[in-house]
Amino acid sequence: MSIAARDIHFAYHGRPVLAGASLALAAGERVCLLGANGAGKSTLLRILLGLQRPDRGSVTVDGTALAGWHRRQLARRVAYVPQVHVAPFPYTVRQVALMGRLPATGLLKAPGAADRACVGDILEHLGIAHLAERAYTEISGGERQLTLIARALAQEALLLVMDEPLAGLDYGNQVRLLERLEGLTGEGYGVLMTTHDPNQPLTGSQRVALLIDGRIAADGHPHEVLTPEAIHRLYGVRVELLHTADGRRLAFRPAGRRAAC
Amino acid sequence: MAEAASTHPLPATAPAAARMRWLVAPLLALAATLAALSFGRYPLPPWETVRFLFAAAGFVSMEPERYALLHNLIVEIRLPRVLAAILVGASLSVSGAAYQALFRNPLVSPGLLGVLAGASAGAALGILLDGHWLLVQAGAFVMGLAAVGIGVGIAHLFGGGSIIMLVLGGILSGALFTSLLTMVKYLADPYSQLPAIVYWLMGSLGQAGIGDMAWAAPPMLAGILLLCLMGRALDALSMGDDEARALGVPVTAVRLTAIAVATLISALTVSIAGMIGWIGLVVPHIARLLVGPGNARLLPAAASLGAAFLLFADGLARNLFAAELPIGIVTELLGIPVFLLVLHRVRRGWT
Repeated sequence: MSIAARDIHFAYHGRPVLAGASLALAAGERVCLLGANGAGKSTLLRILLGLQRPDRGSVTVDGTALAGWHRRQLARRVAYVPQVHVAPFPYTVRQVALMGRLPATGLLKAPGAADRACVGDILEHLGIAHLAERAYTEISGGERQLTLIARALAQEALLLVMDEPLAGLDYGNQVRLLERLEGLTGEGYGVLMTTHDPNQPLTGSQRVALLIDGRIAADGHPHEVLTPEAIHRLYGVRVELLHTADGRRLAFRPAGRRAAC
Repeated sequence: MAEAASTHPLPATAPAAARMRWLVAPLLALAATLAALSFGRYPLPPWETVRFLFAAAGFVSMEPERYALLHNLIVEIRLPRVLAAILVGASLSVSGAAYQALFRNPLVSPGLLGVLAGASAGAALGILLDGHWLLVQAGAFVMGLAAVGIGVGIAHLFGGGSIIMLVLGGILSGALFTSLLTMVKYLADPYSQLPAIVYWLMGSLGQAGIGDMAWAAPPMLAGILLLCLMGRALDALSMGDDEARALGVPVTAVRLTAIAVATLISALTVSIAGMIGWIGLVVPHIARLLVGPGNARLLPAAASLGAAFLLFADGLARNLFAAELPIGIVTELLGIPVFLLVLHRVRRGWT
């Protein structure tokens, strides 16, 4: 199962945002998309999800163009995990996760025992079963992100497209969420996520893609893609790459900065 | 850990109680209907009403003179008004609940897109032109739909139909029809037409005859049922357009259908009973306390509770004083304290 965007062009109010971007994701892969603020990361995700029509270029899921997919069928292949938000109504965690069964049941049929069991298992699997009857509006950001992931898994989609899943999470929740995503990749899910922290994919992701000037400037293993030069092209800042004593890549650090800070 | 331990017993008991809670609203509506059919200038004991209903259905027998008297009282005098209260209360409440989900805002009421402003202007125009009851009803209905059409049209012309543009379109169209209403009032004869307009806008369930209910009831019932069926789609829509689309929901179609249906039944309530405020805002909140925010349960609960609420308010309007109070005033006076009472619980979901 795979999703691929080819040669995507998109302009927003006449200002070109994407100019020939291509990106693909297959089941079992974890891809991290890096780009500066306003580089068009979210736009590219929305185009991949079929939420935004590109000016030019094509998006295919399993080789079939998006236009050829019925929305409900598509929702069982590709799921969207939005940035953590606050819902206007205090749905319970279970209710939010059950919304993921919509593509399977349709709009009119109430979820049955099998749907409830499926959602119960997913909440258990993600370690949030004890929150099932709590209001989504009253749990922490990390728990809300897991709830949205539970909803995506309930769609039975193998490809998860996540917009800034780490934004707003504390350090502990970031680490736990990344471990969770690594686990999902191991189970065969494909995960595409955007992030702002170049240190995070340095050690974890299988692939890193850099969105610069509306195109994917580099796409590959973090070792090849993530260099101090690449960071400079991305964000316009000079960094140095720190290594561990045994020579493994550790983290980027702004160059010329005193260690005292 | 302590938190997990303390919340753990909840799931076992809470859903069981919640499962029974959905019964509360329909039972309240049933009780209110029975009370409304029994109480009035000529009070009946409720069991007498029940006995008559069974007799009418053919289950028990009743002396012919008594039956004829009760038939006149219950079916011919009280039933049209009770039916009007049920349908108007249910329509406004279910529309309010649907609008709150559609616009992702718990403070929205069915008048948001201008349907009530348009319908008021239409009814006033009907009174000004002729004063015939049919023209007033038709004016209210047609201009209620027109106001929402203009609001939605503005939103789709200038903003692609986004929520913020719909709200703006509603504000513009509401203002347009409110000024039209003021103009009609200004032109109206201050001794006959102006008081008629003012009283009409205060709302009354007394004008609805059985003939009015016969044509208005089927579309209202169908509209209420249709909105109740859209509960799950509205749940998804209330999380945001992108998320709902990614869940396979045809967002624009669902939104326009819900707006069209809610507008249709809200305009019909104005045709039948004039302006009745606050129900569409308050009742969904009470229903949410009762059955939770999930729209599949909330919409039917709001419909039943709205019927019960308006029957109760109409009972007060009829029986509190020697002269009948306008129903719109009663729902407001009743709705504000009820809203304050539920406010501390309702605020839970607000940010």
